[in-house]
Amino acid sequence: MSLILDHVNYIYDEDTAMAHPALIDVNLQIPDGQFIGLIGHTGSGKSTLVQHLNGLETPTSGAVYFNGEDISDPDFDKKDLRSKVGLVFQYPEHQLFETDCFKDVCFGPKNLGLSQKEVELRAYEALKMVGFPDEYFYQSPFELSGGQKRRVAIAGVIAMKPEVLILDEPTAGLDPKGREDILGLIKKLHDEMGITVILVSHSMDDVADYVERIIVMNKGRVAFDDTPVNVFAHYKELEEIGLAAPQVTYVMQELAKAGFDVNAQATTLEQAKNEILKAFGRC
Amino acid sequence: MLRDITLGQYYRTDSVIHRLDPRVKLVATFIFIISLFVVKNFWGYLIAGVFLAVCIKLSNVPPKFIFKGMKTIFFLLLLTMVFNLFLTPGTALVSFWKFTITYEGLKMASMMAIRLVFLITGSSIMTLTTTPNNLTDGMESVLGPLKKIRVPVHEISMMMSIALRFIPILLEETDKIMKAQMARGADFESGSLIKRAKSLVPLLVPLFISAFRRAMDLAMAMEARCYRGGEGRTKMKPLIYQKRDRIAYGVLYTYLIVAIAVGRILF
Repeated sequence: MSLILDHVNYIYDEDTAMAHPALIDVNLQIPDGQFIGLIGHTGSGKSTLVQHLNGLETPTSGAVYFNGEDISDPDFDKKDLRSKVGLVFQYPEHQLFETDCFKDVCFGPKNLGLSQKEVELRAYEALKMVGFPDEYFYQSPFELSGGQKRRVAIAGVIAMKPEVLILDEPTAGLDPKGREDILGLIKKLHDEMGITVILVSHSMDDVADYVERIIVMNKGRVAFDDTPVNVFAHYKELEEIGLAAPQVTYVMQELAKAGFDVNAQATTLEQAKNEILKAFGRC
Repeated sequence: MLRDITLGQYYRTDSVIHRLDPRVKLVATFIFIISLFVVKNFWGYLIAGVFLAVCIKLSNVPPKFIFKGMKTIFFLLLLTMVFNLFLTPGTALVSFWKFTITYEGLKMASMMAIRLVFLITGSSIMTLTTTPNNLTDGMESVLGPLKKIRVPVHEISMMMSIALRFIPILLEETDKIMKAQMARGADFESGSLIKRAKSLVPLLVPLFISAFRRAMDLAMAMEARCYRGGEGRTKMKPLIYQKRDRIAYGVLYTYLIVAIAVGRILF
């Protein structure tokens, strides 16, 4: 069970003067159960890339394989693929349409052709899973706060029981508390459901604490694909392409430069705290 | 899939046609449309076709891009042709069961088809080569005299430009919403007519909500900049005719005279 991208190229508005490549020779392998951060700034091709993973876009050349099958094959069941590779888009406003939240979450499983009972069970489970308060179940999704809307949107995809969950900028437009909550929730989903999670973001700080692998996109190409520690070691190059390492990396680098005995490779706040305490002999 | 709709879109490139004064292009489109309805024979349409082809060539817009927009009116075109083909009285050519194809019907149907295709292509060239802002400015100036009889010219052109400006934005939004719903297993393409109409609900509700939100934001932004209609507004870039615009007018009137002469009188 895995996703493989083999020399994928994608050109937007082909045959017009506006034609421009969005993806250039992308090769990736996404094994089961990984927690991946996909980073790049606006226009780097990260959103286009994730839309290839569930067949919403078809590569101009190259191929995407899901469990060994080419997804652009005419016989390939795209609907089945979309239920197994769940994609939550950036703006929940783009998918909420029902009169109440519960019905909205039912939309996905209903499209899978399940029985009414199973549909409702899954919707209930999904809403519980994302920590959505019971009293809002029958409220209009348009009256919710940004964070709650996002929870409903995520539940709407989880209710289809995907094997891979992709979230496109799930924290955009949320306040710091809402951001923490959503990221914690995604971490919980990954740990409890054992699914592959791909977290798309433009902020390293968002993903550094959670993911085990980081893919950095720049101008349609994969710039880095490694563990957070190894990617952040290139913080100079990251700055050149308009991104930055997490703030923790900078602090640790400065401390190391100033002669403190710390491991400059600490990437999470927790690790950094321990390193600093150790350096000051408090631990 | 929705990027295929080119009607009312601007195609960003540089060409003589792009640089023409929007008033010239408006008048040209108007004259071209008139010529299509005045002309009575195929020689006239040949002239119109050549004129159109030259315009397309000069505009630097790939013909493929222009004709892609034609797909959307294909059904209308077919319907017009069928009606004209079977319902025009005259000398019968072929007849089977209750239907008769007449010589006049055939002529009428093909003329109608040519007229429609030229009409759409002609006006697409205008919108493809003129930014919405320019188009409105031109329209306001061309319709200027109507202000005397209390036609709210400025308001009409402002509404037009906002509508045109929002076509690509709403198309893009529709594309995004479609994708978001397809990611949840929605199916917009198969099933019976009723099922397909029902499947549009998850698309239309978010689209309307976002359109209303955008409209409200825009109204607020305009009010914040003290917009209060056309009275006493000046332009940052007033329209001034250049040499190329005068040449274009010359070409245009020559075309009109030739088209009418060939299309009505000579043959």
